[in-house]
Amino acid sequence: MEQKETKGFFRGLLNKLTGVEAADERLTPVETTSETLTPEQPAPSPPPAATSATVEKPSFFERLKSGLRKTKDGLVGRIDALVLGKKEIDADTLEELEEILITSDIGVKTTVELIRTLEQKMGRNELKDGEALRAALKEEILSRLIAQHRPLDINSRKLFVMLVIGVNGVGKTTTIGKLASRFTADGKKVLLAAADTFRAAAAEQLEAWGHRSGVDVIRHKEGADPSAVVFDACKAAVARNVDILIVDTAGRLHTKVNLMEEMKKIRRVISREIPEAPHETLLVVDAATGQNALSQARLFKEAAGVTGLALTKLDGTAKGGIVVAVSHEFALPVRYIGVGESIDDLRDFDPQEFTDALFQA
Amino acid sequence: MTEDNVKDALREVRLALLEADVNFKVVKDFIENVRLKAVGTEVLTSLSPGQQIVRIVHDELVAIMGGGEDNSLDLAAKPPVAIMMVGLQGAGKTTTCGKLGNLLKKQKRRPLLVPADVYRPAAIEQLKTVGRQLGLEVFNSTADQKPVDICNSALRFAELNGYDVVIMDTAGRHQIDDFLMDELAEIKNTVQPREILFVADAMTGQEAVNVAGGFNDRLDISGVVLTKLDGDAKGGAALSIKAVIGKPVKFVGLGEKLDALEVFHADRLVSRILGMGDVLTLVEKAQAVFDEKETALLQSKMKKNQFDLEDFLAQMQQIKKMGSMESIMGMIPGMGKMMKQMKGAQPSENEIKRIEAIIRSMTPGERANHSIINGSRRLRISKGSGTSVQEVNQLLKRFTEAQKMIKQLQKLGPKGLMKGLGGLGKGMMPFG
Repeated sequence: MEQKETKGFFRGLLNKLTGVEAADERLTPVETTSETLTPEQPAPSPPPAATSATVEKPSFFERLKSGLRKTKDGLVGRIDALVLGKKEIDADTLEELEEILITSDIGVKTTVELIRTLEQKMGRNELKDGEALRAALKEEILSRLIAQHRPLDINSRKLFVMLVIGVNGVGKTTTIGKLASRFTADGKKVLLAAADTFRAAAAEQLEAWGHRSGVDVIRHKEGADPSAVVFDACKAAVARNVDILIVDTAGRLHTKVNLMEEMKKIRRVISREIPEAPHETLLVVDAATGQNALSQARLFKEAAGVTGLALTKLDGTAKGGIVVAVSHEFALPVRYIGVGESIDDLRDFDPQEFTDALFQA
Repeated sequence: MTEDNVKDALREVRLALLEADVNFKVVKDFIENVRLKAVGTEVLTSLSPGQQIVRIVHDELVAIMGGGEDNSLDLAAKPPVAIMMVGLQGAGKTTTCGKLGNLLKKQKRRPLLVPADVYRPAAIEQLKTVGRQLGLEVFNSTADQKPVDICNSALRFAELNGYDVVIMDTAGRHQIDDFLMDELAEIKNTVQPREILFVADAMTGQEAVNVAGGFNDRLDISGVVLTKLDGDAKGGAALSIKAVIGKPVKFVGLGEKLDALEVFHADRLVSRILGMGDVLTLVEKAQAVFDEKETALLQSKMKKNQFDLEDFLAQMQQIKKMGSMESIMGMIPGMGKMMKQMKGAQPSENEIKRIEAIIRSMTPGERANHSIINGSRRLRISKGSGTSVQEVNQLLKRFTEAQKMIKQLQKLGPKGLMKGLGGLGKGMMPFG
């Protein structure tokens, strides 16, 4: 525990103030000339799209759109207010844009990358006005999502094993309930494993979902070893000739070493019982999560080899911008999005649709 | 202090706040405030300009967070006093209900837990299980009842049976869900709760302001509980919420165990947001876990410079009890970054097991005096512990480093390990 290279926030700050030059790896936009934001910047608050008092239950697509419209009001609405009708783009505009992106939970690193790309294009005189800037930004965000997009093929294996993980309260069990219903509707034989033996009544919750779609649940008593549940579930899945086994795990903060070890053990048991399994390790992320989602993705990927993301609770006002950052930084495809609490409120992620809806006027 | 010193410093502060998920409008206002306060102030003789800005920033943030304000639970009403828990799905309402009940029970109250989440499958069962684990009474509701009826009859039940606090667990909902928000408003009108606590996930991003604002507009909440703060989220959401709706954070949730609920300390959260490390929490956590006798023994040994391998092992085991190394290191200022650089250099849980094995394969004589461990002893130890000679060497090296460090700590802190630990943090902070 030597005090070498402890370049924390305050050290950086002090260095700056005391004139000590230190390679500053903090993400600051290049060469901003003026520190004040020009007063004629339009206020970044467009009138809220009247959240229509829903008389009938709106269709899924409408709900997705209305969900995303809130996202759009936050992100694109503000960008529009900022750039549309502006003939010249200056450093201030870009700086403001950077702030808007960061605060849409897109993540600092991705924001800086996006801004850099836009700046380069501006340098090459490709972007003449606000309109072009907006289009370029949309293109950048979309291309990042498309680059990682790989739909999940559950037919690739005779027995497809899916391990569902995430921090507490993101909606793992609910997502599994929806997945079970969906796969069953596709004519698949599904089995669920209640490997969350920690949280009170977690197995009951999963059973309730299983009951709704007529799917069996393998469970033990509360407090049992989750690996033992998984072991039994794997045996049962093979014996009952199941098509898809979905394993629900206890929510765990990614910083808890012992719980991450427990998860590794679950993985080991699965792959010992069923070769090459799990075929998908799905990290569930709450759309309302901020920068911490990056840390979650990093540590879960390291410990559990995450192969895909599910983004939940997009039916609220949460921007879900973090998905752009997480997907891009960790090369993870978004597989599903959750848009409500009903059993059919889970959809495939479609980058084009997602971005279009995001940018639709 | 000039525009220039202030400007650069504030740029850093702004980024730190944004990365901690503090709402951008809050950040903007805050930065402007500090700028006004800082420019032109006299630099105190005892501080550098940098330290002075840091102090202003820190103090301002603590002021926003309500440092010094009374954030205790208000139960001053005719019993039974109702408390409502509200929030988004998955924020941790049900767990917090249990924790709060447990806390009140310790304060000699008689709480009644009321499951009023009839929507999420098995939510009622969850609270009943939590109640059983804690030995708390849980009102017997079922999922086919109306939440408002549940709460109402629970209140009457409490009155008749002598419960003095009634904690109502409501279903998670989005603040824009008018139907469910009406339901909450109806419960509020019916039971007239003394406290409505908004439960917020520490990992929430920029939306925190809108969500909390939505709940506050409809329900006029009385306080906030910030959950899941035991992870590595900075919890900037709490700052945003306090700054925008002005309601105090009353408690923080620090783990899945049912006693992991603590009173909120504004200054600690501010340090956490600014990346100063949560030294106080660390020290408290350490104090809670470290066996006092063992620590006293360790202290006296350290004073006499007799820290041996046996103590090294004991220390490792105590650290293991405190939680993951990473979470502990993360709490020490400046260590977060350093940790990333030293990735792999510090012992993981597995490594601690190996260290245990190696030390247990030593004779008492070797443990007391490591300098007698020669080549053939090393070979024997490695065979005995199922490790390699290299690993034994590594451990010995690490141990000598620890010995050295302890000597340094002694110079730093007045006495003993705990103070030394605090002193280490303080020494690294720009001000005490």
